[in-house]
Amino acid sequence: MKLTLKIWRQANQDAKGAMHTYELDEVSEDMSFLEMLDVLNEKLNADGEEPIAFDSDCREGICGMCSLMINGEAHGPEVTTTCQLHMRSFNDGETITIEPWRAQAFPVIKDLVVDRSAFDRIIQMGGFISVNTGAAPDAATMPVPKDKADRSFDMATCIGCGACVAACPNGSASLFLGAKITHLGELPQGQAERNERVVNMAAQHDHEHFGGCTNIGECSAACPKEIPLDVISQLNKDLRTAMKQGR
Amino acid sequence: MATDTLVKNARAARTTIALKLAMATSGLIFIGFVLMHMYGNLKAFGGRDAFNKYAEHLRTFGEPMLPHEGLLWVIRVVLLVALVVHVASAAQLAARASKSRPVKYEVKKNKHSSISSRTMRWGGVALLLFIVWHLINFTIGKVNVSGGATTDPFNLLVDSFDVWWLTLIYLLAMLALGLHLHHGTWSALQTLGLTNSARSRKAAKTTGLIVAVVIAGGFMLVPLFTLFGVISK
Amino acid sequence: MANQKTNPPATNQPAVQTSDDAKGFYTLGEKIEDTKAPAGPIDQRWTDRKFEAGLVNPANRRKLSVIIVGTGLAGGAAAATLGEAGYHVKSFCYQDSPRRAHSIAAQGGINAAKNYKGDGDSVHRLFYDTVKGGDYRSRESNVYRLAEVSPNIIDQCVAQGVPFAREYGGLLDNRSFGGVQVSRTFYARGQTGQQLLIGAYQAMERQIAAGTVEEFTRHEMLEVIVADGRARGIVARNLVTGEIETHFADAVVLASGGYGNVFYLSTNAMGSNVTAAWRAHRKGAYMANPCYTQIHPTCIPVSGDHQSKLTLMSESLRNDGRIWVPKNKADKDKDPRQIPEEDRDYYLERIYPSFGNLVPRDIASRAAKYQCDDGKGVGPGGLGVYLDFADAIKRMGRDTVEEKYGNLFDMYARITGEDPYVTPMRIYPAVHYVMGGLWVDYDLQSNIPGLFVAGEANFSDHGANRLGASALMQGLADGYFVLPNTIRDYLVHGPYDAIDESHPAVVEAKNDVEARVAKFLSINGERSVDSFHKELGNIMWEYCGMERTAEGLKKAIGLIRELKKEFWSNLKVLGTADSLNQSLEKAGRTADFLELGELMCIDALNRRESCGGHFRAESQTEDGEALRHDDEFSYVAAWEFTPNETGTNDPGMGTPVLHKEDLIYTAIEMKQRSYK
Ligand SMILES: Cc1cc2nc3c(=O)[nH]c(=O)nc-3n(C[C@H](O)[C@H](O)[C@H](O)COP(=O)(O)OP(=O)(O)OC[C@H]3O[C@@H](n4cnc5c(N)ncnc54)[C@H](O)[C@@H]3O)c2cc1C
Ligand code: HEM
Ligand code: HEM
Ligand code: SF4
Ligand code: F3S
Ligand code: FES
Repeated sequence: MKLTLKIWRQANQDAKGAMHTYELDEVSEDMSFLEMLDVLNEKLNADGEEPIAFDSDCREGICGMCSLMINGEAHGPEVTTTCQLHMRSFNDGETITIEPWRAQAFPVIKDLVVDRSAFDRIIQMGGFISVNTGAAPDAATMPVPKDKADRSFDMATCIGCGACVAACPNGSASLFLGAKITHLGELPQGQAERNERVVNMAAQHDHEHFGGCTNIGECSAACPKEIPLDVISQLNKDLRTAMKQGR
Repeated sequence: MATDTLVKNARAARTTIALKLAMATSGLIFIGFVLMHMYGNLKAFGGRDAFNKYAEHLRTFGEPMLPHEGLLWVIRVVLLVALVVHVASAAQLAARASKSRPVKYEVKKNKHSSISSRTMRWGGVALLLFIVWHLINFTIGKVNVSGGATTDPFNLLVDSFDVWWLTLIYLLAMLALGLHLHHGTWSALQTLGLTNSARSRKAAKTTGLIVAVVIAGGFMLVPLFTLFGVISK
Repeated sequence: MANQKTNPPATNQPAVQTSDDAKGFYTLGEKIEDTKAPAGPIDQRWTDRKFEAGLVNPANRRKLSVIIVGTGLAGGAAAATLGEAGYHVKSFCYQDSPRRAHSIAAQGGINAAKNYKGDGDSVHRLFYDTVKGGDYRSRESNVYRLAEVSPNIIDQCVAQGVPFAREYGGLLDNRSFGGVQVSRTFYARGQTGQQLLIGAYQAMERQIAAGTVEEFTRHEMLEVIVADGRARGIVARNLVTGEIETHFADAVVLASGGYGNVFYLSTNAMGSNVTAAWRAHRKGAYMANPCYTQIHPTCIPVSGDHQSKLTLMSESLRNDGRIWVPKNKADKDKDPRQIPEEDRDYYLERIYPSFGNLVPRDIASRAAKYQCDDGKGVGPGGLGVYLDFADAIKRMGRDTVEEKYGNLFDMYARITGEDPYVTPMRIYPAVHYVMGGLWVDYDLQSNIPGLFVAGEANFSDHGANRLGASALMQGLADGYFVLPNTIRDYLVHGPYDAIDESHPAVVEAKNDVEARVAKFLSINGERSVDSFHKELGNIMWEYCGMERTAEGLKKAIGLIRELKKEFWSNLKVLGTADSLNQSLEKAGRTADFLELGELMCIDALNRRESCGGHFRAESQTEDGEALRHDDEFSYVAAWEFTPNETGTNDPGMGTPVLHKEDLIYTAIEMKQRSYK
């Protein structure tokens, strides 16, 4: 296939960026989207132009490192991560626009690479269960109903990619936040810190300049792990409960 | 810009979620009001007396325990407070949202969201303008665009909707209301944390649709039927 | 406190090597011994060691600092635990968040001797299975300890909120994994590594908020600082600003993962590298058993030259799928559904009737290679065999298959564009894990005092072959339970004298790094980094992959040396040193892979036996099975780096020195593996 690629290029965080257009030939359907960019980069390198910076690591859809806005859709047209997207989802002759995640909380570091450390700080504010190593009771002493365990697991599959933020018209990270609240909140172990967790994490979310959620639902549609909107409802509920209980 | 500091002394009441809760609560109050109001309006089909009696009843309700117009004033105060809260939170959320993405996308698709969800802010502003006009029209100013009497509520109503363009304004406003309620109802339920499963979410969305159709539709009946002369003096 | 106990009698003799295939490629150094494991019955050693290790007063811990490179299961768990204890921890990773370490990709599960199923599992059985699985090339006291702490890992993770799979009664579920007869594998659907890592990550983030751990993301360690005989810090490049930073501490832990990417194509992450370990190796740390690589049988085959990495399909697929190739070469391009039953060769079931499709990884991988070498491979380039679920679908129904393997089937469909419910999948082996790594003693300390190595980066527990679901166990055992106890014994003597930028060792380390970076950018040749890395990968796969021969390995060493020369004269890296520059990062990694590749070949050449993941064609039984030579090779090969004569900065790898550590067993007897 032959493609026209419009790609955001920006030298560093402070530089002004712009869209650049590249033509690429002989793209095979079996290539992943990132392999297509690898090929482009090899070509740029050979032509003496600095390759395009983009993030990826596992290329298996699990680490959450890759993050591209492709034709206006976070991670592109399929419900998966950018690294698992393949060129057979595109047509010969197509023009593809590739941009970085856009959010105040995710500043662009270079080209298509953004800084998502805000997510780590949200976790620092309570996305954990406090238990010191070695202080744990035997695992069998704490049965967890299967449906709760399963729901907890489903929400724990969030890969922290940030597509929810990228897709949300409000630039909100509520889906990410809600996924963690629900993961820990479904488990008996997670109860002790429940109120504190939701208040602190929500406050950090706002502090990082993410927008507030108005239940638009683009986040969940873009989420490669299909985290459902339920988690935002759970998040709201937990916060309301915490507020009622004086936090 | 990302920060690298952690929040100290976080309070639930200061989060954007608390703003949303305020929004949802005030929104639900509005829904309750418009439901009642719509029901009241339908009395117009019963003719002048039924309608006026209803208007009168509103004002004398609870007497002598409450002063004249007592209930009405309670409602007015609640509505006014709700409006201030609703509009103020909407403004804050909108301001945050616009700051959260300073550089816009070249291309951005909406995959999943409804038009109503994406028009909440404009719809809200339209509703606010409408309410201002509406109050001038029917309560505070009592403006009769046809120049007729304004003392009799039924009369004012019929005179107003005999004018096609005023009817059109009302119909458009009701369309805006319908859209606002379509998303608003489900959104309020989600915000209150009542949609924790795919099932309840679907139910909330259906509720939103029903509320929107019933209320907006119900409101539209009176102006339409007046315009077409079914309701007349 | 001295330990008066003695070890039980040994069941084997120290090895005496008579062959010398690698003659001329190495020199022989002194034997080494691991003196840290206390003597005595094997089940007492860890208890004794913990008791003997010194204690650090809580008030003093704040004054003691530890650098941890890596935030995978090993590094993340260690950072969390040492932070909780009150030490000052600095944690490094090259990704944008600690949560992205490649441990996240592990699918299958984690072993633990909990015996929740009541099927006769025990610490001893897990120990036994692991030593046997490792083909008797691991150190028994380490493996025993691993089995011993395994139940604690599960307790810890559950308490942290790791959502393991559960039964309807609410209790934890287990599954069985290749090569063992008990169900001891805990799992979280096909995302066990992710869930465990997130648990460790969250525990670590909690310590960051508490102020005990500092995190340095998008930082790549490029040198270890060894001052006055001790590891005292690292030189790291801030990948965003390009700044070359120095960080000091009382001890340094490397938990930087495996180096499977020396093969270019592997199931490792794009950034997985050997740099952290290799730089330490160049500073004197021994590299042990570098040639032991594990090749996983069920990966999605290569589809073309553009391929950047390989994707693993969980081994569990072999429980229900049947592996076959066409009997007639002529059929290999046919639609597999058109090939009648009698023209299919279910070769694993045929050759290994008792284990069938469930033979251990190395055997399944090699068998697939032989079929393809024989011209019966299917798919692009003839590099693939069928993994067929038609029978399973007939037997259990499509719904059951979907429930069990749905996510894997989806992944396969997405990558290949084929529907595995309709046509059989194609699979091929791929490099997956390395058992080799930096040499460590029982305390996980390398031969450089103060330099500790944990997780896949060390060589410690898996011998010549790792059992499925045991790497996660080892990473967490090292990070949560072993290292925090043993490092104490080192820190007890600290804080060590403060050092700063002016120390000659620091100046030298920093200058080296700066010179390297400048060199990469100034070569200004013709070829991209990736082209060198790919070429190296091809050489390694061809000659140091599933089957190795003396002749092939020698050829490979020659080719690598040529390639190395070209690399240093014809590399092209654009961009600058003072910004995010991914080509520059790759150049550093590839440079180290080139040297590692050579050492791996030398190690493989020396080890004229077949054991675990290392198969030498010269050492096989009459019917083509791996043949060990315990009398010659029951030792750990620990290699010491020597700079070459010219002493130039980078092409400077000289003749390595081999130090042997004898493997003496007391709690187990060596046997030849058989899965027939
Ligand atoms: C696809 C796949 C599936 C697997 N499935 C299983 C399974 O089911 N069960 C099982 O037991 N094992 C499995 N394994 C093996 C297991 O996942 C790994 O061996 C284990 O997770 C390694 O953990 P680690 O902590 O040692 O290293 P990693 O998790 O690889 O972490 C390495 C860390 O070091 C950092 N780092 C590396 N180099 C540098 C540097 N130069 N500077 C700074 N930081 C650096 C990285 O940023 C990262 O944080 C699987 C492996 C793969 C690849
Ligand atoms: C008077 C009739 C009105 C009704 C019945 C109403 C109702 C609602 C409801 C129920 C919500 C959902 C709250 C939630 O999300 O949880 C909502 C949201 C919203 N309303 Fe109104 N509203 C009215 C008027 C207005 C006005 C006058 C404005 C603005 C000036 C406005 C602006 C908004 C906005 C922006 C939202 C979206 C925020 C959100 O979904 O949280 N509304 N409204
Ligand atoms: C076609 C639709 C509508 C009609 C025909 C209508 C008609 C009227 C009439 C006749 C009155 C005066 C009642 C009285 O004084 O007793 C009134 C008052 C009022 N209406 Fe409406 N209305 C409509 C829609 C709405 C909507 C959509 C809203 C809100 C969003 C609204 C809000 C109000 C308010 C706040 C008052 C004042 C009540 C008071 O304080 O006395 N109306 N309306
Ligand atoms: S919720 Fe989904 S989109 Fe958001 S970070 Fe997690 S995986 Fe990505
Ligand atoms: S798209 Fe945004 S508004 Fe809420 S529901 Fe999702 S975070
Ligand atoms: S690169 Fe890991 S999820 Fe895409």
